[in-house]
Amino acid sequence: MAVMKMTKLTLGPIAYHWSAERRRDFYASVADEAPVDEVYLGEVICSKRAPFQEAELPTIIERLERAGKRVILSSLAEVMLKRERKATEDLATMDSHEIEINNAAGLYARGKQPHRIGPFMNAYNEATIKWMADQGATHVVLPTELPFPAIDAATQAARDLGLGVEVQVFGRASLAVSARCYHARAHGRTKDNCQFVCEDDSDGMPLTTSDDRPILRVNGIQTQSESYVDLMREVTRLTGNGVTHLRLMPQAVDMVAVAQLYRSALDGSLDLPEVEAMLRQICDKTPLSNGFFYGEAGYRRIATASPA
Amino acid sequence: MTANTDPVHRPRLPGQRPVARLSAAIVQPVLSRVVRRVAKSHPSLFARLGPHQKTDYIIDPVELPFALHLRPDPQALIFRAVPRDLAPVAGAAIRGRFMLLLELVDSEEDGDAAFFSRDLEVTGDTEAVVRLRNALDDVDGSIAEETANMFGAPGRAILARLRRSYPAT
Amino acid sequence: MSLAELICPAGTPAALRTAVDAGADAVYCGFQDATNARNFPGLNFTPAELAESVAYAHAKGAKVLLALNTYPPAGKVDLWRQAADTGARFGVDAFIVADMGVADYIARTHPGIRLHLSVQAAASSPEAIRYYCENFGVKRVVLPRILTIPEIREIRKEIPCEIETFIFGNHGLMVEGRCSLTNYLTGQSTNMDGVCSPASDVEYVRHDDGSMSSQLAGFTIDCFGPDEKAGYPTICKGRYAAPHRPEGYYAFEEPISLNLSRLLPELIEAGVHAFKIEGRQRSKSYVRNVVKAFRAAVDDIRAGREANIADLVALTEGQKQTQGAFETKKWR
Repeated sequence: MAVMKMTKLTLGPIAYHWSAERRRDFYASVADEAPVDEVYLGEVICSKRAPFQEAELPTIIERLERAGKRVILSSLAEVMLKRERKATEDLATMDSHEIEINNAAGLYARGKQPHRIGPFMNAYNEATIKWMADQGATHVVLPTELPFPAIDAATQAARDLGLGVEVQVFGRASLAVSARCYHARAHGRTKDNCQFVCEDDSDGMPLTTSDDRPILRVNGIQTQSESYVDLMREVTRLTGNGVTHLRLMPQAVDMVAVAQLYRSALDGSLDLPEVEAMLRQICDKTPLSNGFFYGEAGYRRIATASPA
Repeated sequence: MTANTDPVHRPRLPGQRPVARLSAAIVQPVLSRVVRRVAKSHPSLFARLGPHQKTDYIIDPVELPFALHLRPDPQALIFRAVPRDLAPVAGAAIRGRFMLLLELVDSEEDGDAAFFSRDLEVTGDTEAVVRLRNALDDVDGSIAEETANMFGAPGRAILARLRRSYPAT
Repeated sequence: MSLAELICPAGTPAALRTAVDAGADAVYCGFQDATNARNFPGLNFTPAELAESVAYAHAKGAKVLLALNTYPPAGKVDLWRQAADTGARFGVDAFIVADMGVADYIARTHPGIRLHLSVQAAASSPEAIRYYCENFGVKRVVLPRILTIPEIREIRKEIPCEIETFIFGNHGLMVEGRCSLTNYLTGQSTNMDGVCSPASDVEYVRHDDGSMSSQLAGFTIDCFGPDEKAGYPTICKGRYAAPHRPEGYYAFEEPISLNLSRLLPELIEAGVHAFKIEGRQRSKSYVRNVVKAFRAAVDDIRAGREANIADLVALTEGQKQTQGAFETKKWR
């Protein structure tokens, strides 16, 4: 139990193009009510969206820190254009906050200054984690598709090096990123002329197969899973093996409630079946999945016996 | 997984049952010798097939009166002509014009290109087909030519006859 | 003018010999396991086959590049290290890598052998490329297929290594090395297992009207009408419906291949050192035709003649070709 009490709940960066107002309200409620310890902020997916958030960012940071949350700033996953290179370099040379790096361009700019390794950095194994630790990484977010035996081995290695280890336990999985904007494409536009149509889909734009089976979500240049990853049942295995941080990705559901449920699961203050039923209700019709954890197809929900 | 062998676009041929059986019987000795020879001179082929050495393949030249049944098991090789109504339930089926199939075996044609153009149809276990394709692709030289040479003048005559009878169109 | 080396695919020893004989300056290949991103059934090289193939290529003046371009999951790193050791023993001319741990191991253990940065590392900025050059001594970067020629020209000025670009073949839409689409539907990972739409999970279903569905792990990826050209059953080339597109559309990209034959002179002028032809999973026939055509084209350009590139459209997916991002950023 002592181990579990130390486990931190984090809120990952918002992947979607939520309006400034929505973000402000969202983080106000997170600050006041969500039992998360750390919050990642910053635009990770699309550099065109970044200016919309930057104005609000100082206020949001202040609001969260006042509520006792630790704020980490995340860098772009894709860095190609001048403005993306500039934004990455600017973030990497900041020293006011911890930063999470999601692209090798950020690693280059950061040098050996301390930093966190984001989920887009492909820290799949102990050799890579060792390399990253030697370059100043203090914390690593493991790839969402990593199965448990690899999570276990990577965690052991990272902990031995004194690194924090984070695993996404809730929210849509990032399955791919591209140079092309698929939101713009769906509306017959190009990325340069997108008119921010992605703002209309606060939980991603659903794609269904020709036989009406929901399959994926489009979020600008990113492709996400249709299902929300949900590792509620696996939480004790993760924390028991040394994972220090559990990440919740913001979705268009009651995230305060999601955080509270995960906190209860960590504390053992509510029975697992009860917590699961409540989470199921919050997520409405969205399927929940844990396939990656078991080395199965990611969209699958693998039934397991309740952990002892 | 199973695959039927009844294509939509099969041309109407005089392939009535007796003809099918007769022609199957006529080509059978050729097929047996071909497959034994290929197996003997290209043993690495079986390694590439991996678990699909025991898969039943139906190779279905749409304009011939019979299909070919291949089970590339080095312990008990099967390569035989079968009237379609007597073909076993296949693990995988590959269907196309005879000359195209022959060119694919010899890597004169690209299987993916034939698939893109819809000239080649694949049903059943796709991995089995991919393995067979990759295994055959690693064989140098022309199996068709080797076969023709193997049987001397009569062999070449059979091949030429087949080519004339079922021109690639 | 850059050397404009022609880097050609080899899925089997026979394909390797075909590529070398057709004029490849170098061939790239991989072992029969998860250490490379074309870990397809029945494809690739045993260690003995690699040894023979290196000897064959070297005797004819061609180089052999060994792809070790996947990401080992924790606990399995040794397989990648052993593959590198084996390749080094047989005298491969370079390793193509993506994972930092693998790159670090090779840089320390086999410092005499060139490291090429795989497209799977997704290094698309001068800073990212320099990170790999300065830390692992990378000599060449394979650029993602998302850059325009002016952007490539700019990058060239800012990096200390050679540039290799794809010029023909499968047109990857997603940033390579960052794609878990296949794993989401099949449980097999592109990054960790080297598979993409594995054949074991693919099924083609013929319908009575002559149309054909391609399915991956039971999900319908596309359905081709009786006269429609077909493509690979890859998730990023599938046809789906969205709220604004109820009729179904190619949400990411249609089945189409990259063909930059017309842009070769510009690419050479932009400072591209090596041209890569995709297609280790394709047949000898493909290798022979594509390599011959590009060999002739590159030789013509280098001799100051106009390149007369053969029509390769029949070999392209969906029998359609594109110049993708290279021509215009409107592609994005």
